[in-house]
Amino acid sequence: MQYVAAKTADEAVALLAGHSGMARVLAGGTDLLVQLKSGMVEPDLVVDIKRIPGMKDITPEAGGFRIGAAVSGAELGEHAGVCALWPGVVEGFNLIGSTQVQGRATMAGNLCNASPAGDAVPSLVAADAIARIHGPNGSRDCPIGDIPAGPGRTTLAKGEIVTSIFLPARPARASDAYLRFIPRTEMDIAVASAGVSLVLAADGAVASARVALGAVAPTVLLAEEAARVIVGTKLDDDTLARMAAACSAICKPITDKRGTIEFRTKTAGVMAKRAARIAYDRAGAKT
Amino acid sequence: MKTIHVSTTINGDPAEFICTPDETLLDVLRNRLGLTGAKEGCGTGDCGACSVTVNGRLVCSCLVLGAEAQDAEISTIEGMADADTLHPLQRAFIEHAALQCGICTPGILVAAKALLEKNPDPSDEELRYWLAGNLCRCTGYDKIIRAVQAAAAEMRGA
Repeated sequence: MQYVAAKTADEAVALLAGHSGMARVLAGGTDLLVQLKSGMVEPDLVVDIKRIPGMKDITPEAGGFRIGAAVSGAELGEHAGVCALWPGVVEGFNLIGSTQVQGRATMAGNLCNASPAGDAVPSLVAADAIARIHGPNGSRDCPIGDIPAGPGRTTLAKGEIVTSIFLPARPARASDAYLRFIPRTEMDIAVASAGVSLVLAADGAVASARVALGAVAPTVLLAEEAARVIVGTKLDDDTLARMAAACSAICKPITDKRGTIEFRTKTAGVMAKRAARIAYDRAGAKT
Repeated sequence: MKTIHVSTTINGDPAEFICTPDETLLDVLRNRLGLTGAKEGCGTGDCGACSVTVNGRLVCSCLVLGAEAQDAEISTIEGMADADTLHPLQRAFIEHAALQCGICTPGILVAAKALLEKNPDPSDEELRYWLAGNLCRCTGYDKIIRAVQAAAAEMRGA
């Protein structure tokens, strides 16, 4: 195995695109090193992207924030601006692993590892966040939801890397939230999860919504019908029950040691309605 | 496999080592530099026994490549005491018998020190969440929590 710390995105792309064997990108390494050790992957090239300028930066842009691909959970969690604008994105990402894992893990890595249960991903989809991708043909922007292709697979082409994730601006009365179910309180992988992003109208009703579900399909699901159900309402109990049902209706989970199809299908709806309530209260608390 | 020459700083002192590209920082510390305080429990980032800080961030050294240490500032348990004078956390662990077999202790001390630098007065809940990635199979954690709180109180008074 060869290790290269690329100094520019172009250098990283050229190395990855020009390599004939198996290559892997190293950001936080909290998935890659585990895979290396278990023999799950045996790359002959590892390209470390942390030394590329901008990869560790959080930069205000157009009223939102651009998060470099190597920004760790600990760094994002200490950024007051991002925490105020997109608390659901931060809380989803910060649920991953331990304090030690948070010192290294990255959102872009969680996205590209492409686990159906990645805790950073549903909130990013609910936020309508955009990944910037650098590749052999230059840079392109891609909605987060278009990147996972299935468990462990992405739509990125050979030589392409995610260089940053853009969280957009939002109106004053807007917020988001993320919840997952795990059978313990910490250090576990989502059995089912939901991220909800809401904008409120002047009268306190939901003006627009995005709902995304995790761990209930091969890739993250955008629950469009569930979002339609809550628009125009103030999240009364009947509405939330219909929202939960709309979430459960689109779940296509598997049964494994963490949960059954039936349990995941029901729990995804419950997580979604509770996350919607938290996002609603957060948005309403803003003036 | 082609070896890599790495220049870094460990516990405030310049250090140099040679490692293979797939060698972890934990293996470098233990096998090449003789710093055996950090332990390998799981080797997959679950148990925290290998905790060190890299550029001030608490990490599992089993999930860091040695090559990534180039130009970094690394702190390990070996840098915690000031010569023969133990750190208040180390003294509190002895006084409160917050260890039995001791395998998890270096990692927990490094992790607890990182917390107290960030938050000198944590609640028990904050402390337990912070240490959720440091597994101890002996103590049941209660004495560890009491020891860290006692050290925190002493450090706030100092």
